[in-house]
Amino acid sequence: MNKATKKYWPVFVLPTMAAFCIGFIVPFVYGIFLSFCKFTTVVDWKWVGLQNYTKIFFVNGKLDTTFLHSLWYTSLFTLVTVIVINVVAFAIAMALTKGIKGTNLFRTSFFLPNLIGGIVLSYIWLMIFNAILARHSMTVVSTQWTAFWGLVVVVCWQQIGYMMIIYVAGIQNISPDLIEAAKIDGANGRELLRYVILPMLRPTITICSFLTLTNGFKLFDQNLALTGGNPGKLSQLLALNIYDTMYGTTGWQGVGQAKAVIFFILVAVIALVQNKLTTRKEVEA
Amino acid sequence: MAAGTGKKEMVSAARQTKHGTAMTVFFAILAFLWISPILIVVLNSFKRKAYIFKNPFGISNVSLSRGFDRWAEGIKKTFVGMTNYANAIKKTDFFRCFGYSLFITVVSVALIVICCSMCAWYIVRVKNVATKTIYLLCLFSMIVPFQMVMFTLSKFANILHLSNPAGICIVYLGFGAGLAVFMFTGFVKQIPLEIEEAAMIDGCSPVQTYFKVVLPIMKPTIITVAILDAMWIWNDYLLPSLVLNVNKYKTIQIAVQFLKQSHGQIDWGAMMAVLVLAIFPIVIFYIFVQRYIIEGVVAGAVKG
Repeated sequence: MNKATKKYWPVFVLPTMAAFCIGFIVPFVYGIFLSFCKFTTVVDWKWVGLQNYTKIFFVNGKLDTTFLHSLWYTSLFTLVTVIVINVVAFAIAMALTKGIKGTNLFRTSFFLPNLIGGIVLSYIWLMIFNAILARHSMTVVSTQWTAFWGLVVVVCWQQIGYMMIIYVAGIQNISPDLIEAAKIDGANGRELLRYVILPMLRPTITICSFLTLTNGFKLFDQNLALTGGNPGKLSQLLALNIYDTMYGTTGWQGVGQAKAVIFFILVAVIALVQNKLTTRKEVEA
Repeated sequence: MAAGTGKKEMVSAARQTKHGTAMTVFFAILAFLWISPILIVVLNSFKRKAYIFKNPFGISNVSLSRGFDRWAEGIKKTFVGMTNYANAIKKTDFFRCFGYSLFITVVSVALIVICCSMCAWYIVRVKNVATKTIYLLCLFSMIVPFQMVMFTLSKFANILHLSNPAGICIVYLGFGAGLAVFMFTGFVKQIPLEIEEAAMIDGCSPVQTYFKVVLPIMKPTIITVAILDAMWIWNDYLLPSLVLNVNKYKTIQIAVQFLKQSHGQIDWGAMMAVLVLAIFPIVIFYIFVQRYIIEGVVAGAVKG
């Protein structure tokens, strides 16, 4: 069987691999190469070594903090959203697995914002924020903190429903026998949560935390549509900062590409840590 | 499994009596508040432009305490009927954008499902260095953020004449292959070899075996991959805005973003209407395939 099938690789593998080369492998390899070049298109490159990487932090011998600012702004944003989304999603999931009447309808409503794309979502909230803030003669981009909390609200509204669905599935997977047994042993609600439900949900919590973590770091659409990086460049998250460097300033494409490489390494490290955590838990189980 | 669900239902039935209508009322209010931003947009999409910011949450610019007649007149003044919609459809060429979005999503998802499931089956069944490498590359591609490849990818797509709705589907196949191949291989590994061997002994070629035997078995994973990728592609903004020739082809997301002019000015009347037009098809779709979407999300999260 193996032999007969083997001949058929042009049918089975070639289409995907050809597209994969165009859509991923070649752009990726060439992207790393270009991060060491000065260029404006893909053909007019000139090797400059590490100059792009130093230009991220130093411009004309002076420290440029734009990228560092965006790095810590993104980290703070991610920290806040990871905590808020997971805590609220878990709380709603707990309540919605208790068999309350109308559970299905509630679940449907909470999940709905997730289906709407980041751009559309952001304009819905831009209207609401600006309508409310207009009373204090402000807009959502008045300061970097109004922009920050605006982004937090939009992203939480979008992702809480998604994470709630995953938590609901996790909670429903806990054997009812286990919960009954704990109750017979005299566990109260708090003990039940602390010693039975949360430990049993550890894989789910890991998955949701890392999903929200990478989502936070990679956020782009909402940032572009809601704040556009304003005021100044103060509300630029990493992805928008890279985009802005690459397309907003001529001659800086190489620096943008170098930033993208650093961004990739950051996201890859997060993914590897997650992988290590989830596989280790599987071994324990 | 069936016994387990039965028990779960019994337990939840017992709980239900304990938590009464109070919880239902609480969550009904919460759920209503949750979707109220969408309802506000729907309401505002029928208002005269000037009143969207003056009076975003009400229906009349005159308070009811000043008499019913003046209040009713205020309502009349606030709303303009379908003007915003007509304006928005004209400004964005909405139905054209909708067509492009639909075409790109449907074709890309079909390509991803068919090509990647074939690829996944092959690399599980034929084991050698090449297939192992492909698998690892797919895994690797899943952790690479789009920003890493956006510049080079869009330029190559230009050179290869893929800057149109048909071409971008190939780009989506390439960039979406990683996750899809990964999810399909996970499923193929669980399919017993005997079924396929029986088909081959009966004289099926590998291609026939695949389409007649393997593909139907993969239905659950196909639905999961299709849902996850459809949600991604329909809502994607950055990739199409860079790859497509945006002067000629705009998806809905691009059209919405382009309503904001370069100096940041927004026609909020048209914007409200476009937002409603963009949300409406999603809600309809969601109502019909809700179960699959939720199952797909759960399955995708556990595997991804």
